[in-house]
Amino acid sequence: MTSTTPDGQAGAEATAGDDLLLPELVAHLRENRTQLRREWANRITDAHLLTSMTPQEVFSEATSVYDNYVGVLETGSVEALQDYARDLSERIIPRGVETNEVVGIVLLLRDVLARSLFEKYHKDFGLLNRVLDAYEPAANRIANTVAVSFVQERERIIRQQADAIRELSTPVLQVRERLLILPIIGVLDDQRADQLTEQLLGGIRRHRARVVVIDITGVPEITAEVANHLVQTVDASRLMGAGVIITGLSPEIAQTLVTIGVDLTKMNTVGDLQGGIEEAERLLGFRVTRVADEDA
Amino acid sequence: MADRDVSAEPLRVSILSQGSYLIASIHTALDDGQLVRFQRDLIERIGAQRSLGVIIDVAALDVLDSFGSRTLRDIARMSRLRGAETVIVGIAPELAVSMVRLGLHLDLPTALDLEEGLAYLRSLTGTPMLP
Repeated sequence: MTSTTPDGQAGAEATAGDDLLLPELVAHLRENRTQLRREWANRITDAHLLTSMTPQEVFSEATSVYDNYVGVLETGSVEALQDYARDLSERIIPRGVETNEVVGIVLLLRDVLARSLFEKYHKDFGLLNRVLDAYEPAANRIANTVAVSFVQERERIIRQQADAIRELSTPVLQVRERLLILPIIGVLDDQRADQLTEQLLGGIRRHRARVVVIDITGVPEITAEVANHLVQTVDASRLMGAGVIITGLSPEIAQTLVTIGVDLTKMNTVGDLQGGIEEAERLLGFRVTRVADEDA
Repeated sequence: MADRDVSAEPLRVSILSQGSYLIASIHTALDDGQLVRFQRDLIERIGAQRSLGVIIDVAALDVLDSFGSRTLRDIARMSRLRGAETVIVGIAPELAVSMVRLGLHLDLPTALDLEEGLAYLRSLTGTPMLP
């Protein structure tokens, strides 16, 4: 580094205060905004990222990210970027944008900007090094912030959906006085089986049920643990004074239950839901007749 | 435990007479000695009152160990020998789950609550509540 070249002089200035480097950097990025932004958008397209978005959308989001990016470099505060990243994630997650795409585009921007810095300062290696020293930590922090915000937003959405599924998954319905039905649809895992027990026992108490029909027509298969859990649930219901009728056992489930040797003697099973409800009505002393038959 | 005088302690179970039935309410968790005392008192009362049925209300209990459930079963057997049917009522959901997890099989008639228990006994003994 000599003081005879113009770049060297610039370097000497910067040496006087390295904290002036970032503002200089920001000014450079602002000056070349149009060109760098276009280059970035092109590289996103070339890398086949964000394919679920139109080129216009990519360009407009790219502009926002770019400006936020420069803003973070300038102020050193990632809060605005965090908010923006969360908002962006909320918009693009439903469209199927993956984590690797989001991380990918931020890393691309980092590369594009680093290239432009190389280009600008390549004549003075020492200065370039110091510029990169200032740039890299900030850039990495930005990449980190965006990726974490995206993943957090995704997790939030997943949690929200899981909650919704959990709430909907085990309805306890009263069909007659003292008679409840629980239609179960979908895979019955440990967690759902636990939840089923809780809902069922709570429902028995709330509705003062004496008979419960659990219909598992919609359950494709069952593990030994869940089968045992089901038997325990039947026992627990009985302790609370309610009899349980299980209906809709598929051939596969019947085979599983017999193979694993679940004690079926206490299980009251009926072929289908209709049969189960009829049996329950009989136990409760209801008799359902057609009006026409009664008249005749 | 044998030399402890449980009869001096405050009663944790109340045994009320309702027509030809006895209603025993357990108010708090009982230790083994208190369970034994409860068993003795109840079996005695069956004879004294010429009861036909016994309802044991465990709604206040959130745990029941193996000794507790065995005692309840013994009470039911002894009661039958003395001419009374027994029904356990008020098992809370949490208690029901913990009992089946522990593998405690009551093998006793159970009902949701007192009202259901009375209905069960009435269906069994066919006796009106009042003469």
